[in-house]
Amino acid sequence: MRLEVHKLCAFYGRAQILFDVSLKLERGEVVALLGRNGAGKSTTLKSIVGLVEQRSGRVVLDGRDITYAPTAHIARAGLGYVPEDRRIFTELTVAENLLVGRQAPRPGAPAWTEKSLFHLFPNLAELSDRPAGEISGGEQQMLTIARTLMGNPAALMLDEPSEGLAPLIVEQLGKAILTLKQQGLSILLSEQNLHLARAIGDRVSIIEKGRIRFEGTMAEFAGDQTISRMFLAV
Amino acid sequence: MAFVVIQFLNGLASAADLFLVSAGLSIIFGVTRIVNFAHGSFYMLGAYLAFTLVEGVVGPALGFWPGIVAAAVAVAILGGLLEVTLLRRIYQAPELFQLLATFGVVLIVQDLVLLVWGPEDRIGPRAPGLEGAVSLLGHQFPRYDLFLIALGPIVLGALFLLFRRTRWGILVRAATQDREMAAALGVNERWLFTSVFVLGAFLAGLGGAVQLPREAVHHTMDLEIIVEAFVVVVIGGLGSVTGAFLASIILAELNAFGIVIFPEVTLVLVFLVMAVVLVIRPTGLLGRPEFAIRAASGVAEPPITPQSEAARNWVFAGVLGLAVLPVVADAYVLSVATEIMIFVLFAISLQFLMGISGMVSFGHAASFGLGAYGAALMIKHAGAPMELAFLAGIGLAALGALVIGWFCVRLTGVYLAMLTLAFAQIAWSVAFQWYGVTGGDNGILGVWPAAWAASPIVFFYLTLAVTTLALVILRRIIFAPFGFGLRACRDSVLRAEAIGIDRRQVQWLGFAVAGAFAGVAGALYAFLKGSVFPDVLAVPVSVDGLVMVLLGGIQRLNGPIVGALVYKLLQIVLASYTDYWRLVIGVIIIGLVVAFPQGIVGFFGTRLDALLVQRRNSP
Repeated sequence: MRLEVHKLCAFYGRAQILFDVSLKLERGEVVALLGRNGAGKSTTLKSIVGLVEQRSGRVVLDGRDITYAPTAHIARAGLGYVPEDRRIFTELTVAENLLVGRQAPRPGAPAWTEKSLFHLFPNLAELSDRPAGEISGGEQQMLTIARTLMGNPAALMLDEPSEGLAPLIVEQLGKAILTLKQQGLSILLSEQNLHLARAIGDRVSIIEKGRIRFEGTMAEFAGDQTISRMFLAV
Repeated sequence: MAFVVIQFLNGLASAADLFLVSAGLSIIFGVTRIVNFAHGSFYMLGAYLAFTLVEGVVGPALGFWPGIVAAAVAVAILGGLLEVTLLRRIYQAPELFQLLATFGVVLIVQDLVLLVWGPEDRIGPRAPGLEGAVSLLGHQFPRYDLFLIALGPIVLGALFLLFRRTRWGILVRAATQDREMAAALGVNERWLFTSVFVLGAFLAGLGGAVQLPREAVHHTMDLEIIVEAFVVVVIGGLGSVTGAFLASIILAELNAFGIVIFPEVTLVLVFLVMAVVLVIRPTGLLGRPEFAIRAASGVAEPPITPQSEAARNWVFAGVLGLAVLPVVADAYVLSVATEIMIFVLFAISLQFLMGISGMVSFGHAASFGLGAYGAALMIKHAGAPMELAFLAGIGLAALGALVIGWFCVRLTGVYLAMLTLAFAQIAWSVAFQWYGVTGGDNGILGVWPAAWAASPIVFFYLTLAVTTLALVILRRIIFAPFGFGLRACRDSVLRAEAIGIDRRQVQWLGFAVAGAFAGVAGALYAFLKGSVFPDVLAVPVSVDGLVMVLLGGIQRLNGPIVGALVYKLLQIVLASYTDYWRLVIGVIIIGLVVAFPQGIVGFFGTRLDALLVQRRNSP
């Protein structure tokens, strides 16, 4: 699935957060959206799925303009979104959380079942009947990805999946995301963890203060230390 | 002992319909975040439709049980239609506007019921197979009540299965917790909202229908049940069906035993229980942490600033214009103008509570009515002169607000709003039932102004002076440190407390100030009308205030003036043309909400702002 974002602007009240953000995600590609805290990574992803009310620009998914489509329609068109703050339904069990995400299989995208997801995230299998509010942060992060995968998306947007997780879990997560990439999913990964981004990203976009400041391949990015020093170093 | 058991069973039987209505209200609120005032109307329609369908007044008689089910289904369909045609348009509007729209529906249904079924009470038939009574511990107990006792748990069980075992139920629970996330997972909100509304309406309709063999069907049952349902939901916890079940039993049992043991204090008992529950568990027995009610539009509002020179001149010109009104106007016009000014004051005091202090009240009539009764009681029982009675009115309103406020500042959002409504309703019942002191529904007559103020012209000037003075004082308060403290608490409790503001103290005082000023309006109203009836404490007065504030735009200082003027004028003019003014007002309210989700002054104000910015920016 191909995702194109043209000159996306977003506002919270009178404050403008995004300024003409343009991105391209080709079929089967992983694009890492990097940037410091508050640079506009999350707002970019939220605006794409229609969760920021005031926005302008154009978002095209496989040739279809989805800029002003309702959020549920965007999800049903095959664009999966995994939010930064996980947003687990804490009052539902793990299995019920997965059920909420379930959609019919989509031609051209991997079809997931509860069983195959438990294979991808083995920790979740034993927690199936536990209230999702009672599982650990890492498990919740797995659950939020698994929940979105239940919709059998053809493209996936992950918002800082490694945030607040122990290195061991991040590694596990990276493997899982790599598996998804190998299955042909297009992935837009917003990250602060350069290590994770390097391990799985094909291309890089860097956002700073709501503007895209760099676009290039992972090799170009890795080859030029000044870029990361300028836009990412704290 | 036997008597206690029988009375307990009586309570259980009357808990059934209360539970059905409250459960529906709670479910709808959980998912759509709409406090559906029209839920009582669904209940009433269920009862009337059941009466018609069972008896076959039009068309064939369906018989009892099919008639009951058909009535509930019909109400469910009506609920679905309402959701699709009206609510869908206003989900983006602030919650309070949605509330206003559902109140528009209440008004429309009230008049439609009068038009279709007339004002007489309707007595339904007995349920076939469940007529008569069984002998229970030596007492006669109605068979039908046994059915009702079983109905509550059956519905609770059915809802439990629905929400735990079906995908639909799981989606509803997910959306109740995080509706955006559910949408991001592809859950179609529209369909979910409509179906939830249909279910809620079905439950309310069923509640009204099964009541048919028990009590007469009448046209005020909508507000009676909705107030009780609010109390149930507040005690049980919003969004919790089990909580609604427990709370409706508690409430019904209190009523059942209260009526036989101390009929006079039943209400006080209910109120005490609610108070205890809320002080111990501010979100009700089984409630979730918090559902905030957004008073503003969600977009950051520009902060309130002192009026510009121009606006001040306009207000001044308005006061001057009013001052010369007696030269041209006759006594009728003057009395209308006086009444409008009184409601301007009332609306301003409510805006102070909602817009400035951030506490949404559904029961501001309590303060208005206490002001009126305080003055009237002083005249009736102490023979006091007008001036003293006037002060007594303000005093009683302020005292009432202190008591009500003490409880209310412990809550926030919808819970607070519903609690204010419950308190207002308690005040109303006291005035209505305490014949010895308040004269009950005969009211208190002969509350005339002192001789010097008896002429309509003098009373008009008196009202103008008092209203203007009150307005100036309230403005002063808004821009005094205390007013800043109130606004700080409104915008962020955490930050306000972090800089050393005692949130409860400040809000409590704010509540009392708003109550005192509403009391001024109420006392003036008593002298204008020369009498006081329990109506001054009733729900419609509270809602009138809400309509005025919201029409005017909650964040606009002059909004309530415009809102009160437009709305009161409309009411007075319409009432003189048609008996069905509620119908017309209801339609107008809905139309206004759909057309101006920011309020009239907000709507034009925003456009004016945009124009000014444009002009400033253009070379």
